[in-house]
Order: sequence, then structure tokens, then C-alpha cells
Amino acid sequence: MHRYQAGQGDRRAMLDAVGCASVDELFVSIPAEVRCGALDLPPARSEEEVRREFWAYAGANAAPECFASFLGAGVYRHVTPAVADALLQRGEFFTAYTPYQPEVSQGTLQAIFEFQTYVCQLTELDVANASLYDGATAVVEAVLMAARTLPKRRRVVVAGTLHPDWRAVLETYCEPMGIAITQAGWGGDGRVDAGALERLLGDDVCAVVVASPNFLGVVEDLPALGKAIAAAGALGVHAVAEATSLGMLAPGGRFGFDVVCGELQAFGIPAAFGGPLLGFFAARQSHLRQMPGRLVGETADSAGRRGYVLTLSTREQHIRRAKATSNICTNHGLMALAATIVLSLLGKKGVREVALASHAKAEYVKAGLRAQGAGSRAKLAFPESPTYNEFLLLHDDPDGLLARLKAEGILGGVSTIRFGAAWPKGILVAATEQNTREECDRLLDALQRLA
Amino acid sequence: MSETRMLREREGLIFERSSAGRVGYQLPPLEVPQVDPASTVPAGLLRGEIDGLPEVSEVDVMRHFTRLSKWNYSLDEGMYPLGSCTMKYNPRINEEVVRLAGLAQLHPLQPADQVQGALALMWQLEQALIAVTGMARVTLQPAAGAHGELTGMLMIRKALAARGEHRGKVLIPDSAHGTNPASAVFAGFETVEVASTPQGTLDLAAVARHLGGGDVAALMVTVPNTLGVFEPEIVKAAAMLHEKGAFLYMDGANLNAFVGIALPGKMGADALHINLHKTFSTPHGGGGPGAGPVAVSQALVPHLPVPMVEREGDRYTLAYDRPGTIGKVRGFYGNFGMLVRALAYIRSLGRDGLKSMAEGAVLNANYLRTRLEGDYHLPYDGPSLHEVVFDDSIQAAAGVRNIDIAKRLLDYGFHPPTMSFPLIVHGALMIEPTESEGIDELDAFVAAMKAIAREAREEPDLVRGAPYSTPVRRLDEVRAARQPVLRWRRPDD
Repeated sequence: MHRYQAGQGDRRAMLDAVGCASVDELFVSIPAEVRCGALDLPPARSEEEVRREFWAYAGANAAPECFASFLGAGVYRHVTPAVADALLQRGEFFTAYTPYQPEVSQGTLQAIFEFQTYVCQLTELDVANASLYDGATAVVEAVLMAARTLPKRRRVVVAGTLHPDWRAVLETYCEPMGIAITQAGWGGDGRVDAGALERLLGDDVCAVVVASPNFLGVVEDLPALGKAIAAAGALGVHAVAEATSLGMLAPGGRFGFDVVCGELQAFGIPAAFGGPLLGFFAARQSHLRQMPGRLVGETADSAGRRGYVLTLSTREQHIRRAKATSNICTNHGLMALAATIVLSLLGKKGVREVALASHAKAEYVKAGLRAQGAGSRAKLAFPESPTYNEFLLLHDDPDGLLARLKAEGILGGVSTIRFGAAWPKGILVAATEQNTREECDRLLDALQRLA
Repeated sequence: MSETRMLREREGLIFERSSAGRVGYQLPPLEVPQVDPASTVPAGLLRGEIDGLPEVSEVDVMRHFTRLSKWNYSLDEGMYPLGSCTMKYNPRINEEVVRLAGLAQLHPLQPADQVQGALALMWQLEQALIAVTGMARVTLQPAAGAHGELTGMLMIRKALAARGEHRGKVLIPDSAHGTNPASAVFAGFETVEVASTPQGTLDLAAVARHLGGGDVAALMVTVPNTLGVFEPEIVKAAAMLHEKGAFLYMDGANLNAFVGIALPGKMGADALHINLHKTFSTPHGGGGPGAGPVAVSQALVPHLPVPMVEREGDRYTLAYDRPGTIGKVRGFYGNFGMLVRALAYIRSLGRDGLKSMAEGAVLNANYLRTRLEGDYHLPYDGPSLHEVVFDDSIQAAAGVRNIDIAKRLLDYGFHPPTMSFPLIVHGALMIEPTESEGIDELDAFVAAMKAIAREAREEPDLVRGAPYSTPVRRLDEVRAARQPVLRWRRPDD
């Protein structure tokens, strides 16, 4: 028998108990016409063989750890404390199910309660859920919540500077729900123009989605945009793709936005080729009953001790079925735990220090590029605009440039070519506290020679 | 448990551990000039230190979360017989390989020539899932079962639109998991509940009646159903649907019951989501992440979400050029970390191990059924596959309900079965042991269940007051919902 299963002795004894001569008798309810022969798969493998196969997969990739990496555009490499993975590998956490039995799930429940608190603190909003799949689907949930809250309004206005993949996902979900999408364009400074946005608003708009820092790395004028959105009676959604920015930049919650949501991967989740990531969702108290996803609440046990339970579940699919506020069931609990651990380690000082260091590293690279002057073929797209830790470098052949940089051991950023002709040709360059000065200098030197 | 209870008294929230000046990290030296954010970003857009974030040391964090972990029941400690959830052993080799730097650190936007290993791995997993299901192709993107349902239903909607048809209705049996109707609604459909037969199975005549209207897009059905019973009319149902131009959506939450025995492709499924965190052992993580790849028939292949991994010779690409696609359903390409673990599991088990997995799961469920029948009432007596559903009607006579039985099981050291569904069973106790358990663990569970059945007769108050040995006793869920406290606040706030 296989090492993950019981033995032949167990089988014999159980077959005797159920009165069957062979296990085949237990499958008589499955008709012959749907049966199959042996699966077209290799035989069982030992751990060592499995290891070898996966070493080969891993070895056929270019691991960013072996390069000076400036990749971002939605996934960022930040501090990953050893404690986080050590705790994540405790079977008590990762081999437990969704905490339906609170008396034996207080560990998971209290950690989620702490996660919800962190998200509220980062966003300056009242309530946060227990996680969503990723930033893209978090924005979807925000728009769907707005459409439920304002059911007569069937249009959403989306900043043109939202991550194009997030925008694409939103289109997939909005079409069947009959929600139209209008795009608010952006100007020569890489920002959405508040005046232009205002002209797109009307009493048919349920939500306005603004990303800041936006896909181009630029920090939007959230106070002005928030004011315009509130005046139109729509729900303002501040989408965040680089969560460490919240250690330096004020969140939409401060400027009248109803929802701040997005991607928390930057706080301790490995890039893992894009998943699993960590969607987060925070809103004003008034939206509580329309929130998507799971919520953990504080209560007391029969002896008066503090404890935590899943709560307000009458919003959810297992109770409300077709009328649920979302279809989500399994969410990204373990990723939420990872972020909770990393946020705890960083704490009040670290959240700010990571942000300031990332900002300073990016500003160092930007300053170096400015110093290279007008002669360089690679130019800052928005030299006067405020950025956090990412910026667009214009170049007429970004893919070729990136290939030349890679030959020198540098993953120089993400080419905008893959996102289509709507974007200026260039490279999105992201720096974090993990990039050394030497790496930044190498990038600058290589750009000067190879751009 | 008394020791952990004492620790519990001492372990508050991480915010309550905060002590000014403690830090739990150290960053590398900045090396570049410090930048005052106010010199680059308008002051009105900035914030300072975030009030309320804790100040704790690395030791504090390690102790805090280690203590929290001890208040969880977990699969590593014992049987976790949650019906429909398939809580099977999570092999550690999977945790090892997923952490290889060449997989864990890979950035999703690296050019294709830098990620050939990752794409090959995804392609191999798709081939393996095709082998296991007999379907045409598989998208690996959905993040969970419900996300897979939505993806599948969006494809069905798109396929109808491509034929110039708009059909508004989706049929769903009353025994279905709650995500089925929720997902159908988010795909733009209206749901029609179909009552089950007295045997708890799909009512073919009712399906035929609804199909007469011409506005049915699909039937969503779980096979085997949530009672753990194979749907005897599934092939006929598929033929009826197809004849009327409708689709069969199969919920694959219970696929583990017949891997290596039968193929959904032969049953006539058009779309089938596969919970990798059930059948293929990726850990549940206390509530995810999961992964819900969707296998489709030829009819839905043009509508698969982008991108798909394609192979040309020995090279792999992410293909976006699919004119009939529903588009993107998430950022990037799937819960890759879960895909890695699932493929490792499939490799470890191999073709025979996978079949033996289904056999073991079904035998274990039938063994529990045989041992507990009589002590607990079996509301539907069709042949069980991987799970068995009892109810509490015998115990209810003494005022003991399924929730009381569940809480008492905690005192006996077991996680309880599923109670919240299927909705066609009042007071359900849905038990899924999985193939991971040996006869000794099953016997210990049987002994606990029999002891509780006896207690329910002789000392019902004892059962109704349970649990007694857990870190907390029964929690006041009404209070949690009526006066929601969803975050920590400083006592003076």
C-alpha cells in the first residue's frame, strides 16, 4: 500500500466488517459506461524521485534571487523574516480547516481578528474582512458591493491608471452583472485628472476605482478625487497594489473613500509566480452588511472568557445561497496569517521604515537617471510626478533592453509591451529596501551603457 | 488542555503585548541618502507612524503565534472528518519542494524564457488532470472551488452567447453546496432549485420539465452528491441537457470518491472544477488558499480564461490570443504554490496510488457507516461512496442536537463532522474520514460516537453542555453578530 494510506491488514478487517469480499463491491453504484482503465500517469514515486523532478522544474527557471531584481508591477520583493515561514509551517495552522468549530480554532480565529485590525489600521477604515484571493478580485468585490448598495446605478468609472490585469478581471466580472465600465484617462503627469473624472460622473455611477500608487508608479491626488467621487454619491474605491506604500502614503480612508482594497503580498508573501497572493478589503462601518467574505468577531464563552467566532455569516453563500454578498468560501487564510506575522514583526517602526527605505532606494535610482541627462535613451516618463517605489522608464525597445540587462545579471523591471499598445513603451522599475546600493549602481551603469 | 488554558489566560492580542521601543526586525543598512517624503510627495498625501501598530520583539512574535497555534485542532494531530471538505494528510515533501527558490521566488512577469520550468510544471499538471477527468482541457487559474464554479459558469454563458442565445436559468438540486447558487448568480444567471427524489438523488423528471422551457443554460450537480451517493441518472441527465442545448456543470468537490475508477468526461460533464485542496491534498491553511482548476469538454475549450499554457516542441508559452475567451478571472495565472503541491502529490501517488486513494476513502466511509448505523439514524440509505450522512433524530428525542454531538466530540479529541449541509437532511452529521485514516483511528472515532450516543440517552445535559476540555467553552455567537466587534481598539479609544 502507499505510504500515505493504511495497510492491507486495515483493508481486510474493514472489508470483513462491511461484508464485502473486495473493495470493488463498494463501487457497484458507478455504471460501466463511465468507468476507466488505468490512468495515463506514471507509477508512484519515492520522495527522492519527486524531489529530483521538482529540482528540475526549479532549475529551469531564472530565480530572481540570483539577480539584481527590480521587478514589480503588482508583485514586490520585501523583507521575509525567517520567523514567518517557521510559524507558517506549524501543522496546527496549515493543516487546520476554516474555523467552523471555534472552541478548537481559537488560534486561527484570533490571528484573523488581528489581521482585520491591521487592515483597518493601514487603511483608516472601520471594518475589514478575513482576506480575498488577490488584489484584482478584491477590486471586483468592491465594485459588486457598490452595485448592491446602489442597485439603480449600473456604471463604474475606473481610473485609466489601474493595473491593466486588474481592469481585465473587472471586465470579466462586470459583463454578466450588467455593469458598464467607463475609463477615466490620465494626463501627461501620469495621474488621473480630477476635473476630467468629475465630468464622467453621474447619477448612474455606483463606484469609482482609483489606484494609488498607480500602475505607472505615480501617487494620485486622492483628496481631490475623493471629494469629486463623494459629491457624485458614488462609492470611492482606493485600490492598492503595493501595500508597503501604506507605511508612507495616507490611505483613501482618510479622504472619504468607502473602500480601500487590493493586494497585501508585499507584506511577507513570496512571489510564487503570482499566487497564492493576498487580497484585502476594508470599508466604512455603514457597508458592513454588504461586505463580501468572512468576518471574525469578538465574543465571550459560557464562562465569560474572551473568544472569537466567524460572524455575520448570514451574508454568506452557505446560508444565503443565491442571495449571498459573494460566492467566496475558501479564502486566503494562511496568507493572511503570514501578513499578520510580518506586520507584527515590523510593527509601528518597521512598517514606516520599510516604506521610507523603499522610497529612498527608488529616489536614488531616479536621481541617477536624471544625472545621466538628456543624452540617455532611457528617460523618466513623469519626472515631476510624485512616486513611491516604482516608476516608468521610457524606452523604444524595452524587451531588448531587458534582455541585455539580464545578460549582466540584472532583472531591470517589467516591460509595458505585454500590457498592450495603450501604454507608453518602457520599463516599470521597482526598488525596495531589499535592493542594495550596489545593485542600484549596477542598474544605473548598465542603463547608461545599454539603453 | 489545562496547560494551554493557562497560556490562553496569559496570551492576549498582539496589540496588547506592545511595549514601547521593542522591534522584531532589522533592515539592511540604507546605504543611499535618506529622503524626506515631503520633498517628493505633497505633504497632504503622506502619513506618519501608524497609531496602534504594536511594538514587539521577535521573541514576542514567535511565542504569541506558537501559543495561538496550540489552540487549534489540526489534521496533523488526528482525524478531521468534515464531510465534503476532504481533510486528508498533507505530505511534507510538498511543503519542501514548493519552497525551492526557483519556484517560490519566481516573479510572474519575468519573460517566458526565464520561467520555462514553471510553465512546464503547469503543463504537466494540466495533463495529469486531463488524465484523471477525461476532459479536453483544464484551466489552472481559479483560486478555490467557488472561483472555479464562477469561471465554469462564465464559460457556459459565453458559449451560449457565441451561439447567439441568452438563457437565464440554471438548475441546482436542493442538496447542493451553497456556493453553487451563489456562483451561478454572479455569472449572471437566475437559479432554480430542483427538489431531490425521496432517495436524495437528482430528479430526472423534474429536470426534464424545466428543460421544456428552453431557457435553461445548465444544470449544476455534485457527483457523488453531498450525501456521498453516486448520481445514478447522471449520464441520462447529461444527454437530456445536451439534446436541449444546455450544459452540465459538475461540482468536483467529491471527485476523490472515484479517481482512477470513473471519468467525468464519460459522464457528459462540460465543466468540472477540481478542488486541489481536497482531492489532491494541498493544505487547507485554516481557510485557504485553495485552488480550483476547471476541466472542460471540447465545447467549452474556446471560452477558457486567458492565459493558457501551451507547448510548442520543448518550449512553453503563456497564450493570450484566444478570441472566444471569457477573459481574465484573476491576477496572474493561478495559485501556483498550490499547483506545485498538487503535482507533487500526484507524482507521489502515481496511477495506482490515486486509485487506491479513492478505494481507501470509500472503504473507510463504509466502515464508519456499518459501525455507527443503529446508534445514529441514516436518513438516506443509498450506497455510500467517500462519505456518509447521519442525522440526529435518535438523539433529538432526548433533546440532543447535532451541534451538541459535535461539541461533545471535541472533548473526545476529534474534530466534528460537517453539520451545515446538505440542507435536505435536518440535523446532519456528514462524515468523511478520507483514505488517510487507519482502522485504529476509525475505531477510536466510533468509540467516541458510541459513547456520545449513550450519553445522549443517559445524561443528555452532559452532552448539551459540552465542550468542557477546550481552551474556551461554547462561544456566544448571537452576541458576536448583534454587537459586532471586528477589530481591536485601544481601551481608551
